Amino acid sequence: MLLIPCPWCGPRDEREFRYGGQAHIAYPADPAALDDRDWADYLFVRDNPAGRYAERWFHASGCRAWCDVERDTVDYTITGSCGTGAHPAGGPDEGPCTSPYCVRRAVPSGGGAR
Amino acid sequence: MTGRRTGAGPAPDTWIAFDGEEVPAVTGEPVSAALLAAGVRTVCRGIRTGRPRGVVGIGTGEPGAQVRTDGPDPRPMAPATRVEAREGLRVSGLAGYGRLPEQAPARGGDARWAHCDVLVVGAGPAGLAAADAARAEGARVIIADEAPEPGGDARGGGRDAWAAATWQALVRAPDVRALARTTVTGHYDHGEHAALERRGRSDLLWRIRARRTVLACGSTERPFAFQDDDLPGVMLAGAAAAYVRRHGVLPGERAVVAGCHDGALWAAAALHDGGARIEAVADARPRAGAAAREALRRRGVEVRTGTSVLRAEAGADGGVAAALLVSVGPDGTARGEPERVPCDLLAVSGGYDPAAPLAVQAGARLRWSAPHAAFLPEGLPPTTVCVGAAAGTRDAEAAVEEGIAAGAAAARAALGPPVAPPDPVHTGPQGPLAGAPGGGLPEVMRSRGESAQGHGAQGVGPHEDGTGAAPLDLWSGPDEPLDPASSEPVAPPMALFCVTGPETDAARVYVDLQRDAALSDIRAAVDAGMDSIELIKRHTTIGTGPDQGRTCGTVASGITAHLLGRTMDGVGGTTPRPPYAPVPFTALAGRARGELIDPLRRTPMQPWHEAHGAVYEDVGQWRRARYYPQGQEDMHAAVLRECTAARTGVAALDASTLGKIIVAGRDAGTFLDRLYTGNLSTLKPGRCRYGLLCTADGMVLDDGVIARLPDGAYLVSTTSGNAETVLDHMEEWSQTEWPELCVHIFNATDAWAVVSLVGPRSRDVMRRLAPGMDVSQEAFRFMDLTEGEVAGVRARVLRVSFTGELTFEVNVPSWYGLAVWEAAMDAGAAFGITPYGTETMHVLRAEKGFIVVGHETDGSVTPLDLGMDWALSRTKDFVGKRSLSRPDTARGDRPQLVGLLPEDPGTVLAEGAQLIGEDPGPGPPRARSQGWVTSSYDSAALGRSFALGLLRSGRARHGEVVHAVHLDTAVPVRVADPVFYDREGSRKDG
Repeated sequence: MLLIPCPWCGPRDEREFRYGGQAHIAYPADPAALDDRDWADYLFVRDNPAGRYAERWFHASGCRAWCDVERDTVDYTITGSCGTGAHPAGGPDEGPCTSPYCVRRAVPSGGGAR
Repeated sequence: MTGRRTGAGPAPDTWIAFDGEEVPAVTGEPVSAALLAAGVRTVCRGIRTGRPRGVVGIGTGEPGAQVRTDGPDPRPMAPATRVEAREGLRVSGLAGYGRLPEQAPARGGDARWAHCDVLVVGAGPAGLAAADAARAEGARVIIADEAPEPGGDARGGGRDAWAAATWQALVRAPDVRALARTTVTGHYDHGEHAALERRGRSDLLWRIRARRTVLACGSTERPFAFQDDDLPGVMLAGAAAAYVRRHGVLPGERAVVAGCHDGALWAAAALHDGGARIEAVADARPRAGAAAREALRRRGVEVRTGTSVLRAEAGADGGVAAALLVSVGPDGTARGEPERVPCDLLAVSGGYDPAAPLAVQAGARLRWSAPHAAFLPEGLPPTTVCVGAAAGTRDAEAAVEEGIAAGAAAARAALGPPVAPPDPVHTGPQGPLAGAPGGGLPEVMRSRGESAQGHGAQGVGPHEDGTGAAPLDLWSGPDEPLDPASSEPVAPPMALFCVTGPETDAARVYVDLQRDAALSDIRAAVDAGMDSIELIKRHTTIGTGPDQGRTCGTVASGITAHLLGRTMDGVGGTTPRPPYAPVPFTALAGRARGELIDPLRRTPMQPWHEAHGAVYEDVGQWRRARYYPQGQEDMHAAVLRECTAARTGVAALDASTLGKIIVAGRDAGTFLDRLYTGNLSTLKPGRCRYGLLCTADGMVLDDGVIARLPDGAYLVSTTSGNAETVLDHMEEWSQTEWPELCVHIFNATDAWAVVSLVGPRSRDVMRRLAPGMDVSQEAFRFMDLTEGEVAGVRARVLRVSFTGELTFEVNVPSWYGLAVWEAAMDAGAAFGITPYGTETMHVLRAEKGFIVVGHETDGSVTPLDLGMDWALSRTKDFVGKRSLSRPDTARGDRPQLVGLLPEDPGTVLAEGAQLIGEDPGPGPPRARSQGWVTSSYDSAALGRSFALGLLRSGRARHGEVVHAVHLDTAVPVRVADPVFYDREGSRKDG
């Protein structure tokens, strides 16, 4: 079980969370304007990297807030977590958000290479 | 009698029963010790061969004596070395398999969660030292050991007093939890560990989250294989010596000791000192260590070097009676003629394997160390460190030094530098967080694969001079003076896995006693072309027994390497997955048994249902009344009666389980517009509207009536048991997609009890029940919501209908649910009010063609498939709308909702029956399925059976005859419109 840093509650056991798949995939502003292929991409197609992955977690048995967590899918290293949508894809680079674990601030301590 | 008590240990103070015979025992000693002391050689039988098997080891690794116990420590299967003798304990040998008790399990279980800075696994010299050092640094420490007493591998070796004192100090220390009889069974992600604590009649399953882990879990002695090495009386040498040193139990009078490292020689000395006659000591190495050799020489025993055991010979009792010693080469091949040496104890030892499974689970690899003749873990992540015998260090003093260094380092790393957030501005919305040393992420979250250093022990590992010098055994006493003439006090161990000669019967060279798997099995696997140890394990079953290859894994690898002509690293070992030791299902289940396996939700009216003989149905977590039989009625008769009452008079349903979610806030209407298929922002307060909820892929997630409360908030009803799903769905979209909308969502399901009054006379009942409420058709229309007093209680009443009949759905605070239900039954008595349950509810709704999520839908059904385009808004977007025009969802040959009328009106179809076109004729039908039956009942109103189903292109096939296949019979059914009753909707107003 992972130990997931909830931006609001601190490190909590994975048992308290529900997984939400890849983060930063916004619901299209005008779904009707998308052709079938683009809509199917939105619905079904997700990245599957061996490495860092931005994903959504829902603190279902805790504060019931969604958050965006950056996790390495190979070794499960968690780089940080932010409130949902704090750093949307393609959004302006505003620097760290208010999360104490913000992915733009967190520097792994004592972890060596990573 | 072959074994006996030496008199050095405590005298027996109790009795245990073994296979019905009384055996004297010392309370707390392992059952194996009592059996050996009583001269019991055969304890159990081989799983496939039925060959007799006795005690082989001590403590953790026991491939031989498997027993079942009853009494104070009931276990269906356990190694005799891990059961403590107690008064009243009944022990019986197993013939291979354990058997679960047929009655309810006698063993209890519970679970506990714990957090610590440093977890120390093992309370031997290294572990005790590590825990003490970590404690001294101020860390919160948990130390766990499998054994009842501390000391680990070194127990009985002159350090017991120190171990006991250190353990007691840890037990008393604040912020230290010392767990005896506790096996850490697995190392999981981010510092999580599972541990099993044995507590007599029950087990405690720990989940321990540790910032740092010190693995001081010791080693396992391994044998080497030879013909008939499974005979009772063939034991591990170190184990045999440990019985003498720890328990004052001598396992045999006349011992032959055979090994390939100095530890076996020290074991021979211990057996001698315990009173055994040492018939021979064989050492496969060309040279033995001088210290051990001299120690034996002083005892009048000469070491035969270059010698080992070719075969054991059985005596009249089936146990070992002699050892055939032979000269061996470096690969264990016999040379020359063997010599027969009579004995009743053949003590063998092939070396010590560091207990590496937890290290491997933490991310380490195993690498063969020739100087240690063992696989050592390396490449551990920085959160985990391996010390002592678990890292290949067999000298107790060195192990203590490693433990101190590792414990202190782990504590400092876990506690981190003084906490200072990296930037005081960037604290969390609720203030700065505790629990993150250095202000960043706890490092356990990056626990794997980050180690830049190669070695797990991080500078405190085994001796690094590469010569293999100084692996002093843990039992070598400081009282043994060295022979000053010897230049080599200790000699490196040799890797010896198997001894064979030209006449050896490979089928009797047992490698895994628990699986009766032999050298011949490995040869057959290799001959068949298998060259992976994982394949060989699966083919031979070696390492799949209760001890999961602890004692035989390295032997199997060594034999395989020899057969394949590879190095040990070229073969490696099998992956040691958790659990490290067997965990009883009773421990995993804990208290989650029987009623507690899942929460049971009861409505406030449950006592009434109970008192009126309701038969129950569990719907999700809810316990609901299914029907109320009267007299000798079966379900069929009761349901027909209840249906008739609802259609012709008045009936009452406890609908409290309906999900009830309040959606409030400025943008509640907009929010629901975006989620639900219909327009809800235009809903006027006091009105209701039916809605469908879809996932983004267009599939139906839920349906229900949405009511607008007088204050403007929405009351969203959901399918029973689906409220939590719908709530999660709403919160997800609210938080992640539309955070700009001001919406508050609250699950009020349990706050309200619901009495549903159904039928043409329900208005009469309402008039009596709520005299102050105008329930006339003019004042209270279909799909209206009214607030007022019902039976003296403030209530919300909805005029919705799930049956087609006039219905008043009375919502009252749960506290009054029972009282209002009873009042309704009183008020309705004059009209013959009939309580009905879920079965009748289903029949009534199905007669009207109303779907139930989970019956007519399964996550692959769209609103169009259900023929519910009328519920879809054309003017606005809603989640899932775009998906309804995808090529796959828009095609015409999808399964569509239909009614089904069996040609024989007396036949009730099986729900789930597949629908096929043509009559398949006799024999099992082979036609391709075109759909399936989703709901099927007998109907009082129709006077016949009927069903709903999903049928390919079904809407265009009304009137057609298809066949419903259940098991091997096909029943002809006519496809029909799914609305069977009152298609005009004329009855909803009474």
